[in-house]
Order: sequence, then structure tokens, then C-alpha cells
Amino acid sequence: MPTTRIPPRQRLTLPLLLAALLAGIMALAYFEVIDLYIQTIILFIGINIIISSSLNLVNGHMGEFSCGHAGFVAVGAYVSSVITVALFTSDRVFGPPLLPPQLAPLGFPLALLAGGAAAAVAGLLVALPSFRTRGDYLAIITIAANYIIITTVINIDTIGGARGFMGMKRVIFAMEEVAEIPWMVLWVFTFTILSLIAIRRFVSSTYGKGIIAIQQDEVAAEMMGVNTNRIKLVAFMLSSGLAGIAGGLYAHVIGYVNPKSFDILKSTEAMVMVYLGGMGSISGAVLSAILFTLLLEALRPLQIIKWIVIPLLLIILMQFRPEGIMGNRELTDIFPRLKKLHRFK
Amino acid sequence: MKMRTLATFLILAVVLTTVPAAAKDNTIRIGFNIPLTGEIPKVGEASKFAAEMLKREINGAGGLQVGDQRYPLEFIYEDNESKAESAVAVAQKLIDRNKVLAIIGPNSSKQAVPAGEICDINETPMISPWSTNPDTTRDRPWVFRAAFLDPFQGPVAVDFAMAQFGAKTAAVLYALANDYSKGLAEIFRDDFETKNGSGTVLAFESYGDKDQDFSAQLTRIIAAKPDFIFLPNNYNEVALAVKQAHDLGWKGPFMGSDAWGSAELMNLCGDDCKGHYFSTHYAAAGATGATREFIDRYRKTYGYVPDDVAALTWDAVRLVLAAIQNHGSLTGKVRNDRTAIRDALAGIPEFDGVTGKMRFNDQGDPIKCAVVVRISDTGEFVFTKSVCP
Repeated sequence: MPTTRIPPRQRLTLPLLLAALLAGIMALAYFEVIDLYIQTIILFIGINIIISSSLNLVNGHMGEFSCGHAGFVAVGAYVSSVITVALFTSDRVFGPPLLPPQLAPLGFPLALLAGGAAAAVAGLLVALPSFRTRGDYLAIITIAANYIIITTVINIDTIGGARGFMGMKRVIFAMEEVAEIPWMVLWVFTFTILSLIAIRRFVSSTYGKGIIAIQQDEVAAEMMGVNTNRIKLVAFMLSSGLAGIAGGLYAHVIGYVNPKSFDILKSTEAMVMVYLGGMGSISGAVLSAILFTLLLEALRPLQIIKWIVIPLLLIILMQFRPEGIMGNRELTDIFPRLKKLHRFK
Repeated sequence: MKMRTLATFLILAVVLTTVPAAAKDNTIRIGFNIPLTGEIPKVGEASKFAAEMLKREINGAGGLQVGDQRYPLEFIYEDNESKAESAVAVAQKLIDRNKVLAIIGPNSSKQAVPAGEICDINETPMISPWSTNPDTTRDRPWVFRAAFLDPFQGPVAVDFAMAQFGAKTAAVLYALANDYSKGLAEIFRDDFETKNGSGTVLAFESYGDKDQDFSAQLTRIIAAKPDFIFLPNNYNEVALAVKQAHDLGWKGPFMGSDAWGSAELMNLCGDDCKGHYFSTHYAAAGATGATREFIDRYRKTYGYVPDDVAALTWDAVRLVLAAIQNHGSLTGKVRNDRTAIRDALAGIPEFDGVTGKMRFNDQGDPIKCAVVVRISDTGEFVFTKSVCP
């Protein structure tokens, strides 16, 4: 229990701001002030924020080097898609809906969480080897995990194999039958905020400080009484679980998943976002996800030149600011006055 | 950190993404959702080149004649980076921002399936030149394709091999991670065994993503002594597999599929591929009439023989233009015109394209002929046989 009471301004500003932002975006989308293209970009931003901040937990806060994040995104995408499609829609493979489609708005977040849970279990693939190895060797294990997951999916014909799996748009339609609101905006926004809260509360808790101890010096942390194996297990599972939630959202926004969408290139994208934002900074991960998504969209007209401009921007950034946009600081460290409105750490 | 720089960046990015494309009156706007970067940039380039050539021709003549008016064409090329999510964003952008009348592309199925969903929901006609996955068009009245499907191509290969090689047995080597390759291999196996009795596909071997060495699989295949080997794979892997099979002592024929038909095949494969056959969309060598003219002009403009993607894109764009002309008028209201184009596309009686005559069935898939070509001693793809449904 904190001994000092947090003034209401610090307690309420951020939740109120976020609620206003959500309501604003929902209203704009509902009254078609912003078209579906802008909505799609907003959804991608939200998903990328989850991906980059969850990878940041491992690569930034804990200082490990995981390059197979897309594998866990894939697990979440497939598991939650199969659940929603089987439960709420009539599908060629899974037959008629197992539950009345009216339940879709209730079932969807649960399916997302189930996808996240499955991805967290898949995270064990990386978490268990991490007890004995770290650095470059662990990096190779994470790449292997990414390949194992993709190859498994390719070899399961029930979920389409290499052809991919679809039908998730019908789940969205089922939700729209119940109430005609932009559901995906609501879900992506909610789960993005929940993920950020989960990560922030975890790393700023006494227990979670062990993560930063591991990053500084694993042996010393062990000697100081940090159960490093356990912390690693929790961190990897939380990170991959959140990635799985992002995957579930991704699958339902796109309406189609294909194992090739989750290969090492996707993992690389996630890593670029982490290092662009600054390792160990949650607000950095958020900012870089926004910046990265918008840059990719804005520079699309440049076509091939885009792939010269974006890497060049990265090189310039790394040259002049090797620690990324935020380094390991948060927004409140850079603008101390924000602390009046909200306490970040 | 200069927060101001960062803020400027963000604002710039937002402004760039949100400024809508200026709408010009009296033009026919068609969007292209193509992979100009990423895994298969050559495919995007071929699509863009073919479209540019067509646009120059029509705009040079003053525009497209619709009813008693001429409309200039405006083509908008958007890069989908060969990624599924980018294909979705691009489709959404072309529909909402650029207000295009129709969309050509995406080419690969992993993008065409989700982009087709977006086009179908938003009631915008889309033609994928190259996608072969049945899901791209299935139950989507607004989505069409220009290429024939694998359930047609597989039996073409079976029938041709049985007639040409007198084959009673076969072997297949395919790429497991490639949905096209795997699907076609399975269709081929099922059809071959129906026609020749079960167990006549003596070996059914696969390899993984980015594998370079197929000698283990090929050794098993050659030991089974099939009459020929079916390779429904991408041209770069075909070149490796054919060379390795020859090194292992294989002397028999190979049969391939339309993924062989790249200008790059002969550069990679050389003498090893000569004398073998594959089924494809059109034959460049020995073409006549409009096809000949298309090939010559393309080669003159861009310096190489157009591959099937270029030809299929050319046909896909001309299908849209033909649909507009058949309808006979444009209202200038995007939604109405899109509906008119979709209806006209579905009702095209017969379209004479550079890849052959075609019309659409009720699923938006074309009914058209496939050709089988032989790779000649000079490395050209020579027309051998045309197989119609």
C-alpha cells in the first residue's frame, strides 16, 4: 500500500484521456468521418504497438536477443482464429457454428485470450533453453522456434497448411449483427492498452525488477536472491502471450492468415521497432510502432526507393542516436512536467 | 533528443498519409495492388510494365472510347511489398482514397485472398492476374481472376504426359511450404492415379522452404524408375532440381507447370532444361496475331520477352476496359460505375486476350485453354499443344 495518496489528477488523467481517445476514434469511425483505410492503419498501429512492446520486454528490459517473435504471433493468430471460426461461423472444415453467433462479441475476447495463452505455452520453446544459454546462442534458438512453429502450421492440412486459413471476417460480421459498431477498433484499442498496462505493471513491480537485474548482470542477480530461471520463464511467457494476442487481432483485422506472413521477416520488423524506439522503454516501443507503421504507409508511393529511404533513416538514427528514439527512458523522464498528470514509474 | 524533430516527423507522416489523392474529373482510374518490392519484385515489375504499355497506347489515341465520349486512363500503382497486411491496406487505400473503379492484383495468393475479401466487402471489382488459390474468388461476386485454376492445369499435365511420353508411372517432387506447388502436386497425383490405377505415382517427395539440395529426394525418385518426373515448382528451384537429377543419372523427361515460365529459367538452368515440357498460360515463341504484336512491343520497350504475369496483367486490364465499353457509359458516381463494371465483367460473352479466348464462370474464374510448351534447343518456349476445358 502506498503511504502517500496519489492525487486524483495523477490517477485519472491518463485513463480519462485514453477513454476519450477511444470514444473519439469509435465515433469518427461510426459516423464515417475517417474512412476504412485510416481505420485499417489505426488498427495496424495498435497491433504493432503490442508486438513491439512485448518484444521489448525480452529484448529491451531483460536484455536477451529474441529474433523469432513472429512465431508466437502466428500461434495466437491461428489458435484464436480457429476458435472463433469454429464457434461462431459455419465453415467448410468445422461445420455449422457450435455456439449461437450472437455470442460472438463475448466470445471474441475470450478467444483472443486463449490464443494468447497458447502462444505463452509456445513461449516455453524459448524460455526453457534460456535457462542455460544466452546471447547469440539463445538468438539461434529463437529463430529455430520461429521455424518450428511455421513448419508445424504448414503441415497441418485441417487449418489450410500453406494455403492459409480464412473465415474470420464472418466472425466480425456476426459481431456487427449484434451491434453495428466498429468492433475491431474497440478490441484492438482495448487490448493494446491492457497489454501496455500488463507490461508496465510487471516491469515496475518488485518482482519484475528482477528482469532489469538480469539485464544488468545475471550472475549478480542470482547471488542477490533473484530466481533468474523463474523470472525468465515468466518474462518469455508474458512476451509471447501478448504477441499471441496481437496475432489474434491481426488475423481478424486481415481476415486471413498464411504461415508465410509470420516468417523471419516479420520478426525482423518487430526487432526494428524495438531498437528504433529504444531498448527497455515502453513509451519508446509505442512511439516507434506508430512511427514505423506511418512511415511504411506514407512512403509507399516511393515504391522501391522506400527501401532505400527507410533503412537509411535507420542508419542515420543509429549513427546519431544509437540508443534509439527514447533510449531506456520514458516520456515522463524527458518531459518531467508530465509527471504532474501521470506517474509512469 | 530533439523532440521537435520527432514531432515534425510524426506530423509529416500523418499529413502524407491523410492527404487524399486529388480527384480528376472524367478519367477512368484503375488501381494496381502489386508487389514492386519484397520477395517477387519481378512479378510486380512485369505487371506495371504491361499496364504502362497499355495506358500509353490508349491515352496516345486520346483515351478509351466509352459510348460517344473518350476517357483518359489513370493507373495508380501501389506497392504491397509482397505482404498480406500491406495488400489489405493498399486495397483499402485504393478503394477509399483513390476511388478507383477497379483493382488489378494482387498476384500471389497469400495477398490476393485477403485483398479479395476487402474488395468484395467494399463492392469494388478486382481481377487477380496470377493467383491460383480457389479461395481468392470463391463466393465473392466482386472478385475475378485471369489465370486458369490448378484443378484444370493438373489434369492437363497428366493427359499430356500420358500421350506424349506414353507414361504409365510418374514421380512428383514439390515444395511443401509453397501452397501452389503442394496443391498442384496433390491434384496431379490424384488425377494420375485415377487414370492409371492407384500406386502409379511411384514417388511423392517434398522439400522445405529455401532448400537448395534435393539429392536425397531425387535419389529415391530415380530408384523408383518412373516414366517421368513432375515438377510443379518455381523456376529457381526447377533449375536446381533438374541439374541435380541429371547429375544423379536421370535421363528421362520432366514435366512442369506454369511457374516454370519465367524469363529467368533459361539463365539459371541452361542446357539441362532443354527438351522438357511445361503447361502454361501462353507460348511466346511461335505466337501469332495480337499475342505476337504484344510480345514484340513489350520486348522492344523493355528489352525482354514478357512472361505470363505481364500477359495476364495485360488481359486483366483489357477485361476491365472491355467491361466498361460493353456497359457503354460512365455516370461519374463511383459506386454506380463499380456495380456496372462488375455486372459487365461477369457477363462478358467472350474475351479474346493475348493468353487466349476466355469468359468467366459463376465463381469469377476464367474458362480458357492451357498450352503446353517445349523448351527448344535455343532456349525458347515453343508451342506444342493447346488443351481446352
